[in-house]
Amino acid sequence: MTDIPAPRHIPDRLDKPLRSAIFSWEALLVVVAVAIFAINSFASPYFLDPYSLSDLTFNFTEKGLIAFAMALLIISGEIDLSVAAIIALASTMMGMAVQAGAGTPALVAIGIVVGLGCGAFNGLLVTRLGLPSIVVTIGTMSLFRGIAFIILGDQAYKGYPSSFAFFGQGYVWWVVSFELVLFLIAAIVYWFLLHRTSFGRRVFAIGNNPIAAQFSGVRVGRTKFILFCLTGLMSGIASVLITSRLGSTRPSIAQGYELEVITMVVLGGVSILGGAGSILGVVLAAFIMGLVTFGLGLLNVPGIVMSIFIGLLLIIVIALPIVWRRLRGGR
Amino acid sequence: MKAFLKYREIWLLAAIVLLIGLISTRFPAFADPGNLRQVFNDTSILMILALGQMVVILTRSIDLSMASNLCFTGMVVAMLNAAHPAIPIPLLIVIALAVGLMLGAINGLLVWRLNIPSIVVTLGTLTIYRGATFVLSGGAWVNADKMSPDFIGFQRAAFLGIPVLSWIAILVIALFFVLMTRTALGRSIYAIGVNPTASVYAGIDVGRTKFIVFCISGMIGGLSGYLWISRYVIASVEVANGYELNIIAACVIGGISIAGGIGSVGGAVLGALFLGIISNALPVINISPFWQMAISGSAIILAVVLNARGERQQGRIILRKVEA
Repeated sequence: MTDIPAPRHIPDRLDKPLRSAIFSWEALLVVVAVAIFAINSFASPYFLDPYSLSDLTFNFTEKGLIAFAMALLIISGEIDLSVAAIIALASTMMGMAVQAGAGTPALVAIGIVVGLGCGAFNGLLVTRLGLPSIVVTIGTMSLFRGIAFIILGDQAYKGYPSSFAFFGQGYVWWVVSFELVLFLIAAIVYWFLLHRTSFGRRVFAIGNNPIAAQFSGVRVGRTKFILFCLTGLMSGIASVLITSRLGSTRPSIAQGYELEVITMVVLGGVSILGGAGSILGVVLAAFIMGLVTFGLGLLNVPGIVMSIFIGLLLIIVIALPIVWRRLRGGR
Repeated sequence: MKAFLKYREIWLLAAIVLLIGLISTRFPAFADPGNLRQVFNDTSILMILALGQMVVILTRSIDLSMASNLCFTGMVVAMLNAAHPAIPIPLLIVIALAVGLMLGAINGLLVWRLNIPSIVVTLGTLTIYRGATFVLSGGAWVNADKMSPDFIGFQRAAFLGIPVLSWIAILVIALFFVLMTRTALGRSIYAIGVNPTASVYAGIDVGRTKFIVFCISGMIGGLSGYLWISRYVIASVEVANGYELNIIAACVIGGISIAGGIGSVGGAVLGALFLGIISNALPVINISPFWQMAISGSAIILAVVLNARGERQQGRIILRKVEA
């Protein structure tokens, strides 16, 4: 029966071995994280330093924030490829506002509202018109970043107020950055939302079987719309952080982030077919990706080579449980 | 169903003719046959890639690694050419096809044997293949001065007044047309997209067919690798970065349903031509090339809205309605 693929929109996620695999997924990720942490501390003497470790967190906080909302979206059976383009558009709008003399609070508000608006636009197209989200968001990805390119061309916006720098560069206490605090708060909020509220249950229900969910009284379209808005909102927040950290806006900002965010979510054990996943897994995956890129960076490995490790990690971590189950099942 | 497909392509063709008409009101020489031939030649690589992606999408899969495959294979043939200029170009093309096939087979095996969703597999290999290009080249570029004149000149040579690159595109289009309409494999590819479960009961090996389509898209990626490098005469790690989404965009505009089973060779070709015409036209009608991204984005959204209206008449309506 394994040769018969489940219908795309209503995958059957409730068989026993799969569930147990998901329960042990976080355990697997913890082992991987600890192993990478240990290897890193042996490989570089600079690794086990509070300031180094603090720098490390910047590798994943911004993408991680988006990954939480993306996890919910993917669990519900949809996807958003436009998140990096939303960052670019929101950042461009903030840059325009700076030219017009906006202050820090207004900038933050603009970034968040633009993000939310873009997410709502995606959500409307997907839920109102019933379009496949992967195609819609490939389109809006070009559209959002395209607007940023039309406005900016080959120029850059600079001159952000100095108080604006706090969001991406500021520290709340000692080596604990504002970004890290925000990441942890978001982790708790999204954990609560997904695993402790009826909204979270509905998200799982939709991902497992949208039709059954519909007939059980779940407003599938509205729930998905909210999830797209949340993803846009988190992208807007990430845009504020990145713009603040870099201190400038170019239309190519955050290029390729969407695939890294999705890698993070999938590595975190969220089923790309929907219906399964956990926030804890995403947090661990964020840490792992941060550890790998930062550790290799300390060893002077170029970024493009790191991406090989991230890609391999993704495939191996996904393939391991499948191979293991097969060996144990004596196929 | 066939009449319906024709219907959609005629609309796309009409849109393209209208587009050319609009452009020629601003710049009359655009509709010149010589210029249109040039546009076709410029779009050849995208058309070839879109066809490779099409067979994958038809089986409800996706290949995000095509542009990285192109980049890696292009680097392989460019370095081979720089080191051994004596290798004849046809042999280099065979090598490009073989390297591409190998990369595609890796994707295919992971999808077939391990049942990992193709979007996850190719998301991984997307970064791996591009990273491997860096490892292979050490980050160095292969510039025009290191490539042999044959390597650069082959696709530019005119045959019956048309460059070889265009002939290759025409040949690939013809091959795909035969594959999709005249072979059992083509039938199986459509069948899997329409209903994978029924395909199994009809005796189609779904996993193996998926493996084959990834091999096809891999070979196409490899072939495009040579064509791309010899066209833009530079091989680097950055080649075709992010281009995978342009390929998918061409397919979507061409009416290929991301849910599988719907789409045709003509659609993929016209979808690629649509994007090619826009990118060729913007500079000549004095619109900043920075507009291109937003325009193709809008075209994708518009295309998917229109296509979804078509699909709705096809009986998938029951699922769609409940979902929305």
